[in-house]
Formats: sequence, C-alpha cells, structure tokens
Amino acid sequence: MESPVEIAQYTAGGVIGVSWLMIALPLLGAAVLLVLGRITDRWGHLLGVAMSLASFVVAVLAFLELVGLPEAQRRQAVFLYEFIPGMADMGLLIDPLSISFALLITGVGSLIHIYSVGYMSHDSDRRRFFAYLNLFVAAMLLLVLADNYVGLFIGWEGVGLASYLLIGFWQFKPSAAVAAKKAFIVNRVGDFGLLVGMFVIWSSFGTFAFADLGAKVGTASQGTITAIGLLLLLGACGKSAQLPLQSWLLDAMEGPTPVSALIHAATMVTAGVYLVVRSGAFFFEPGSPQALAVAIVGAATLLAGAIIGCAKDDIKKGLAGSTMSQIGYMMLGAGLGPAGYAFAIGHLFTHGFFKADLFLGAGSVMHGMNDEVDMRKYGGLRKYMPLTFATFMVGYLAIIGFPLLSGYFTKDGIIETAVHLQPVLGWLAVLGAGITGFYMSRMVFMTFFGEKRWADDAHPHESPSVMTIPLIVLSIGSVFLGGYLILSNRLLLFLSPAVGRPEELPEFHFASVPGLATLGLVAVGAGFAWMRYGRAEVPVLAPRGSFVTAFARRDLYGDALNESLFMRPGQWLTRIAVFLDNRGIDGVVNGLAAGIGGTSGRLRRVQTGFARTYALSILIGAALLTGALLLVGNI
Amino acid sequence: MSSLWLPILMAVPVLGAVVVALLPKGSDTLAKQATLAVSLVVLALTLVMAFQFPSASGDRFKFAAAYDWIPSFGVHFGVGVDGIALVLIALSAVLVPIVVLASWHDADGVRTADGTLITPKRSVKTYFSLLLVLEAMMIGVFAATDIFLFYVFFEAMLIPMYFMIGSYGGAQRSYAAVKFLLYSLFGGLLMLVAVIGLYVVAGKGTFMFPELVGVIQDPATQKWLFAGFFIAFAIKAPLWPVHTWLPDAAAQAPAGAAVLLVGVLDKVGTFGMLRFCLELFPEAAKAFTTPIVVLAVISIIYGAIVAIGQTDMKRLIAYTSISHFGFIVMGVFAMSQISQAGAALYMVNHGFATGALFLAAGFLIARRGSPHIADYGGVQKVAPLLAGFFLVAGLAGLSLPGLSSFVSEFMVMVGTYSSTAAGAGALSAAAVVSALGVILAAVYILWMVQRAMNGPTAEPVKAFKDLNVREIVVLAPLVALIIGFGFYPKPLLDVINPAVTQTLVNANVDNPDIAEKGAGQ
Amino acid sequence: MTAHYLVLSGLLFAIGAMGVLIRRNAIVVFMCVELMLNACNLAFVTFARQHGNLEGQIIAFFVMVVAAAEVVVGLAIIVTIFRTRRSASVDDANLLKY
Repeated sequence: MESPVEIAQYTAGGVIGVSWLMIALPLLGAAVLLVLGRITDRWGHLLGVAMSLASFVVAVLAFLELVGLPEAQRRQAVFLYEFIPGMADMGLLIDPLSISFALLITGVGSLIHIYSVGYMSHDSDRRRFFAYLNLFVAAMLLLVLADNYVGLFIGWEGVGLASYLLIGFWQFKPSAAVAAKKAFIVNRVGDFGLLVGMFVIWSSFGTFAFADLGAKVGTASQGTITAIGLLLLLGACGKSAQLPLQSWLLDAMEGPTPVSALIHAATMVTAGVYLVVRSGAFFFEPGSPQALAVAIVGAATLLAGAIIGCAKDDIKKGLAGSTMSQIGYMMLGAGLGPAGYAFAIGHLFTHGFFKADLFLGAGSVMHGMNDEVDMRKYGGLRKYMPLTFATFMVGYLAIIGFPLLSGYFTKDGIIETAVHLQPVLGWLAVLGAGITGFYMSRMVFMTFFGEKRWADDAHPHESPSVMTIPLIVLSIGSVFLGGYLILSNRLLLFLSPAVGRPEELPEFHFASVPGLATLGLVAVGAGFAWMRYGRAEVPVLAPRGSFVTAFARRDLYGDALNESLFMRPGQWLTRIAVFLDNRGIDGVVNGLAAGIGGTSGRLRRVQTGFARTYALSILIGAALLTGALLLVGNI
Repeated sequence: MSSLWLPILMAVPVLGAVVVALLPKGSDTLAKQATLAVSLVVLALTLVMAFQFPSASGDRFKFAAAYDWIPSFGVHFGVGVDGIALVLIALSAVLVPIVVLASWHDADGVRTADGTLITPKRSVKTYFSLLLVLEAMMIGVFAATDIFLFYVFFEAMLIPMYFMIGSYGGAQRSYAAVKFLLYSLFGGLLMLVAVIGLYVVAGKGTFMFPELVGVIQDPATQKWLFAGFFIAFAIKAPLWPVHTWLPDAAAQAPAGAAVLLVGVLDKVGTFGMLRFCLELFPEAAKAFTTPIVVLAVISIIYGAIVAIGQTDMKRLIAYTSISHFGFIVMGVFAMSQISQAGAALYMVNHGFATGALFLAAGFLIARRGSPHIADYGGVQKVAPLLAGFFLVAGLAGLSLPGLSSFVSEFMVMVGTYSSTAAGAGALSAAAVVSALGVILAAVYILWMVQRAMNGPTAEPVKAFKDLNVREIVVLAPLVALIIGFGFYPKPLLDVINPAVTQTLVNANVDNPDIAEKGAGQ
Repeated sequence: MTAHYLVLSGLLFAIGAMGVLIRRNAIVVFMCVELMLNACNLAFVTFARQHGNLEGQIIAFFVMVVAAAEVVVGLAIIVTIFRTRRSASVDDANLLKY
C-alpha cells in the first residue's frame, strides 16, 4: 500500500496560484445577477454561462500545470487568507483528486448551463436561475478545492443552499417548497454528523488541515478513528442520499430538470463519495468498522435505489432512484480502500456524464411534451425526437453496463473489487446491476417504444440545438470516458498521489466470473422489461400491482418511517413544549404575579375611605404602641 | 492618561436626545433627521476609535478614564474598553442608525397596504430621543469599568426601553412592558445586593473593577456573590427557565426596539457573565460550570423546539434568540479560548443576524398588520427583494456556513467540545447535544420561510409592494456585514482574542490554546 | 397639684378622641381635634411648670401655630366639600379609598 504524497505550499507563479479564480468567477456571476436584479434580465444567462466556462478554462489550465509537475509534487496547497485565527485558514488544495472533480463540475456544469439557456427560455425568472446555478458551481468548487474541513464544510453547506434554492425554484408550487425544505433539513441531519466529526478531529488532532491530518492520524486511538469515520459517513449519507437519509432525493425532482442533472445526479450528490475518499486517512484500512460501514451503506442503498427505480412512473423519479443506486455503487467502492477509490471516482465521473445525459434527455422529452413526467403518457417518442432518443439510448447502454461503454468499465471495476474483498456485498452489487438492467430498460421502452399514449394536446417535437448539443457532448463522454479512465489504470495512477494506491495494481478482466454474471443478469432484467413493457401494452393508468410494487412506489416506506418516527413525535414534542412554556414556565411567572396582585387586592380593602375608621386605627395603634413601651418598661 | 473618547461618545447621543426632545411642535421630520445625524456621528466616532484601538495605550482597558462620582463610597465614573466591550459598543453604534431608519414611520401611525391602522400616532420626538438616550446607556454599560456605574447603566437602560415598548408597541404592549420591567428589576435587585456585598466583603473602599479582580478568595462568599450577579445576567440574557419575558417583550415592541432589545440589551447579560462572573468569582464559576452548561443546552434545544411551534413571527424569532443565547452562555462557561472567543463573536454576529431578521419581519408585518405566519404565503412572488432579504437573514439565523453566525457557533461548539476545563466530559456531551440545535434551526427557519414566503400567493399579500429605498438601505448593510464577517471574521477575532486571554488569566484557567499557539503569534 | 392638671388634660384628650370617633359632622370632628391639641398643650405647660423650664411652653406655642394653620386649611376643605356635596358629614366624603 502506498500512502499519498506530502502536501507542499505552492510558491511558483503559475495558474495554480490563482486557482481561487475558479470559485471567484462564478461567485461574482451569482453576485452580479442577484444584486443588479432585473437590470440583467436580458443578458444574465449569458453572463452565467460565461462565468462557468471561464471557471472551466481555469480548471483546465490548472490541470495542465499540475500534470506537468513530477508526481511527488502533485499536491499543492494555495494559501488565501487567515480565516479563523488559530483554527483554520482559507486555502485551496490542488491535487489530482480535487482538480479532476473541478474539471467534472465546471465541464458538466458548463454544458448544463448551456442546456439551461434553452430549457429555461420561457421562464421569466431565468436570470435568477442562472444566479443560483453559478452560486452552486462556486460552492461545489469550494467544497472540493478547500484544503481543510472548515472550508469544505462551507462549500458543503453552500451547495446545500444552492440545492435548496434550486429545488424550490418554482417555490409557488407548494410541493416544490416542501421538497426544498425537506432536502435542506435531511441534509442537516447529515451535517450534524459531519459537524460532530469535526469536533472530534479538532480535539484529537488540533487541526482541520488535510496537510497536517495525514501525518497525525496515526497518533489517535483506533476508537477515535472509527468514531470520526462513522460521523463523517453520516454526513456523506445526508449529502449523497444514502440510507437512512435517502428520502429527500426523490422529492428533490421538483426542481427544474437541469438542476436534477447537475446537482442531484452529476455533482452535489457525489460529494459524500468525495468526502469519504478525501478523508481516506480515516477509512484507509479496508475491513475496519468504519470502512465496512461505508461499504454496507453503499450496498444497501444500491439495492434500495434500484428497487425504487423499478416502480416509478415519473421519469425523473425513476432516474432519481437510479442515482441513489449508482451512488451506492460509488460508496461501496469507496468503502473498499485505495483498491476501490479509483473505480469509485471513475464511476462518479462516468455517472456524471451518462446520468446528466439521461436527465437532460428526460428534460428534452418533457420540454417537448408540455412538462409531462408520467412515462405512462409517453410511448413511441423515438420517431418524434430522434436526437434525444439516440443520446438517451447511449446513456441507457452506459448505465446498464453494456460492454465497452463507460459504465461497463467503472461499474464492473467496483463489482470485481467488491467480490474480491467483500464477497457478500459484491454479489449484492451484481444483483443490483441486474435490477438496473430491468428498470432502465423499462424506462426506455415506456418512453420511446410502443404505441403513443400521450394526450391530444401534446405535440412532441425535438428540442432546439442549444439543448441537443450538450446532449451529444455528454453522450460522447458516456461512450468513451470509462474505457479511457480504467484501461491501463490511468485514473488510478493519476489519483494515487492524492489518495494512495494498493500495492498490486488491479487488472481489468473482460471475462471474469462476476463480470459475466453481471452481464447475464442485466440481459435477464432487460428481457423481463421487454416482456412487461416492450411487447405488452402499457396501461395509461398504473395498475395496483403487488405489495412489492406498492412497497417500491412508496419509496420503501422511507417517508412513512420518517413521519412516524420523527415528524409525528416531533410535532407532539413541539406542541407539548409550547404548552409547557405558555402554561408551565410562564404560568408560574404569571401565577406568581397574579398571587401578589390578588393578595394586595384583598389587603387594600382595609382602606375604606371612612375618616373615622382611620382615626380609630390610629388610636388603637397609638394605644398598642404605648402599651408595648410600658410593657418593655422603657418609658 | 485619562482619555475623553468614551465620555464624548456617551455625551453626543445624550445631547442629541435633549436637542431632539426640545424641538418645537410639528418638526417630526427634523427630529428624525437629527436623530439619524447624531447616530451617524456616534457611528463615525466609534469607527475611528475602533481603528485606533490596536495602537491605543493601556494594558487591559484602553481609552480609560475615571472621575470621582461619590467619593465617600469610592464610586467612580470609570470607563474603558477591552476588545469584547469595543466590539459590542461598535455593534450598538452600527445598529442604532439602522434602527432609526427602520423605525422612520413607526411612531407616525403605521398603516397596512389596505389602510388599516396597526399602531396609533404617537409622539415622534419622544421616541427618537428615547432611542438616543438608550444608545448612550448601551455605550455606557459596556464601557463601565466601575461596577457601581455598570449597575446604574444596567438598570437605567430599562427606562427608555420600557417606554419604547409600553407606548409604541403592539396590542399587548403594557402587559409586555411591565413584565419586562419587573423581571429585569428583580434580577437587578439581586445584583445590587451582590454589588454591595462585594464592596463590603472586599473592603477596598472602591467599586473599580480592576482593583476588585482576585480580591474575593473565600469559596463560599464567591458562590453567594456569583449567584447574585449570575441570576441578574441569566434573566437579562435570557437563559431557560427565566426567559419568558423575552417573547412577550420582543413580540410587542416595535421592530426597531426589538432589534435593540434582543440585539444589544440582552448581550449585557452574557457580557456580564464573561467579565464579572468569571473574573471576580473564578472558583464559583468553575464550581457551577456543569449546572450552567446544562441550563445553556436546555436553552438551545428547548428554545429551538418552542420556536418551531410558534405561530407568531416575532415570537418565533425571540425563541430562536433564546436558543442562540444558550450557545453564547455555553461558550462562556466552557472556559476555553476558542469557546469564549466564539461566544464574544457570537454576541456581535447574533446582533446583526437577528437584527436583520427582526427588521425584515417588521417590514413584512407593516404591510399586512399581522404577525401571524399563517396570514402570509407566496410573498416571494410579489416582493422578491423582501423575501430575499428575509431568507438571507433567516439563513444567518440558522448559522449557514459562509454567514457570520456560523463562525461563532462553530467556535463555540468546537471550543466546548475540546475544552480541557473541569468537567470536560460533560462539556463534550453538551457540545454534541447542542449540535442537534443545528438541525432544529433549519426546521424553524425554513418552515417559517416556506409558510410565509413560498407557495401560492395569498389574497391579501397580492397588494404588497416590494421594499422601498429606505428599507433596502436598512437591510443591505446588515446583510453585507453578515456575509463579510462570514468569510473574514479575523478583524473582530483579532480584537476579541486578547481580551478573552486576559479573562481566562483572571479566571485562573489553564489555557492550552494560548500555551501552544498564542505564544508563537 | 400637677396631677390634677394632668388628669384634666387626660379627660379633655379622651373627650376629644371620643368626639372624633363618634361624631359625623366635620365641624364637630374638627373642634374635637382642637380639643385634643389643647389637652396636649395643657400637659406641656403643666410639665414645664413642674420642671421649671420653658421648653414645654415653647412647644405649646408651636402647637398653637400649627393648629391655627390647620384650622385655615381644614375649614377651607370642609367648606369646599360642603359646597360641592351639600353635606358636612365626614362619612359622605369617602371617595378616596381602595
């Protein structure tokens, strides 16, 4: 096992020194669009696209400079300024891991910016949409580029904010507003884990900087490391919609489709995987409790997401289930230690391409179908949208792992490594691949094949080229990226300065047992889908289905569980607390006041208003006083 | 040696108040302009002072001055600022002009968009001169280095605030004002007893704070005197279970007064804990750490849960403040450099964040005449600017990273978790439990935003106008400060840190953070 | 000898006090108050004579001056009350109460 290389302070005057521009440019774009407001309505979207592209250019230049450095110097820290004195600096870490994320974010991000110009062209608030997109890109870049946990956390919450704003972009729809809030709050549960993990990191190591942590981790006890690992995993689960914090992602589909593609498929939801890989120091030992937990969470989610994906009639929700499932694969890979990192990250990249491709394809379909999302009301669309169909098919083949396409290499890599290191989880992943074959084929058959089932007022048409060109670019990536990254271990070798590498380099087998089993199961799944949805008539109204279908349609009762475990008791707790506060604590205060008031109300009755009563009391008082003095004998 | 800065800083608003009060009848606009001008002068002076602070002379208290006031009892008009007092004075000086501008029409008789009168017309001059008097006292209470003088300001501050709530507030104003006054007076009384007790037991014949530090050694005496001070500060802060006056007072006060009440006046409580409770009675403070931190954690969680259940916007914000004050108190008593610096920073940041939230809510309420969240809905569609500012202020309230309150909340929690003070195990547990407040904060803020701002636009909301220029000028600086200090809190922390170090030295706390890092810097 | 004066003073005081307590007419109550004052004056003068100094007599003069001032204010109040309420009964002037 080889450890990551030391992080050096960047001193040369190259592009890496100004890599903060990657964050600053989209942030500036967002600020301009939000502050100037309606003035920028006419050209705001162009500014947004330009800022995203400019950021991409900086990322490419920084990447080229980094590749030009010898391997032992490929981790450069860029100091920006002192953030919290004595605690954390604001600084960037440019290393193979962060720069490849930066390329993905700005690259796919720019494509989706361009696509959105067309997709949002009818929306009067398009400028605000681009402001939020730019904000997202800036925050996401801060997340992956920060050189310490505090900076990462700022980005982490920043993307959460952008996601909140974008899911709720059509906030006038109550469902969108609720979904946005839900996403933020569920994410906060994960953030709780990340936050407490950071407490433990600080109190154990006295630093948040990745550069110092690598060397210091060895000084802590195994228990501490496991605790940190599990807490960070909770954070990762929230952001990456892994069990048990998965419920927000399906609702997040309320956002405009480019948002689903960029944030809820390609980039933000993979932040959890990034966190686990970046915190490799805490997960280094494959088979340690925390690493095993990551792998188990991944395996469980990949199955859960796949099962949910099978039952959804809403095309976006079907894709969302698929996203959960694919991130499950990445988590599984990330839980396998350095042997799995390269495949996990590789799958993250290829998934970024083919899932963005699928989502944008779905968006293109919706664009042509009056924003209809129910696949039961599609059917036979391949004739009306040839380009969308072709690119969607490429994405589809890539995700089910059709040989030689992107998904094939990366997913098979994860499965093979998992079967090798954690056989049970590995075979579960194989099963998951089979289910993937089923639900993705179902989606394709329902949408593009069969008879038309759409309403009479729908006029399906191909989308404008500003939307189809990004689709074509993404589908090209979906075809070739996987092979390029995985064959001859290009990605693994490139990432190894940042994340370490196993002693034995894995070799990609085209005809391994798990690989062939996967292919076989995928074929079975696809065939089953053909029988149910390709050959047979698809009813426009969803049949009731078996209890398994109901189980999957209700998102495996995740929401029901949350509601009965947290929301209902929470509402009761709130009501009880409010009641106690008003009646209990404030009741005591007001009771005390009322008691004093009542007593004085009675006592003042002594003041009758009759002068002679007063005279009598004066006399009695004087007599008593005199008597007392006489008694004491002081007179 | 004695500097005129602080006396002048207090004299300017007092003179301003007199001038405003003496203006002839019918010059309401002039009164407002004059108040704004005076408060801006104070702000300018404060800023100049703040920039001179690092180079000013004096070891602990800079710009110090002391004049005999009641020589026979050793009472001085003694003023001077350390870093913590300076940032709090700066907070007051920043908030007052903003509040003046925000309450421009509050005494004119506020009408909603459809013309219903919410608050009747009242004397404009009185309101604004009370505001200036309050400003002078806020500066005084943070600047006082004589404990008796501190006590006098501590109590006298109640008077202008009592009138601002009692005659310019909402429907239940007199109930709220009396409750506020009696609660505070009760605490003040206990403090007066403790102040006199301290004077007698110390036997130094002076009330000057620097001379009284470390004088009381007997643990039992320390505990009694500590209790007197602490209860007064806990009521002021307010800490659970003596918090119930705040929701009433804040909900009934006009939005501007509520900002000063929650943003500045309540900080006197936590400021007092940090300076007086800890430094004068260190052993007692250590002995009571665990119970107080437990109360603080209860405040955090309980305040948040009750906030979730509120239907009235201003009451909701008040309860969020109870939750936030829990964080501050926890930071103060966790006795570590990071947690206390975080707590001091939190006092400032909370002023900006809650100030912005109260003012935005106030602008919203002024348009509709109802504080009930259920009466709104879909504001974003008709008034996007208002909704946007409201959201940013709300996000600051839930301590979103990148906004100023995050830095302080994070420091408090990390400092508490990693504190090495006595009872470290309990402190770590407290930090973990308090982090749950982070989740609850998202619930109360975002649920309010969802109900008030999102969804279909409610019928009465459709007539809303977006923010006008005055309202934007009110909110924009606060939002700028929230974002600015969110990314660059260093200027504040550089001022606060030495003062916290000094506090810890006087409180006899071993401070590993300083031993390791401070020495090098 | 002194005892007789003191007994007389005590009797006068008791009569005055009784009058204040049982009579309703404000004028009579007023005169009874004067009677009590004068009973005190008598006691003062008696003691002054017994002790052979002037202090008691001086006090008696003070009491007289105060009594005179009191008569002025008191009668004025009574007359005013009578004008507005058509009654000089002290029981009718009972508005100032709880």
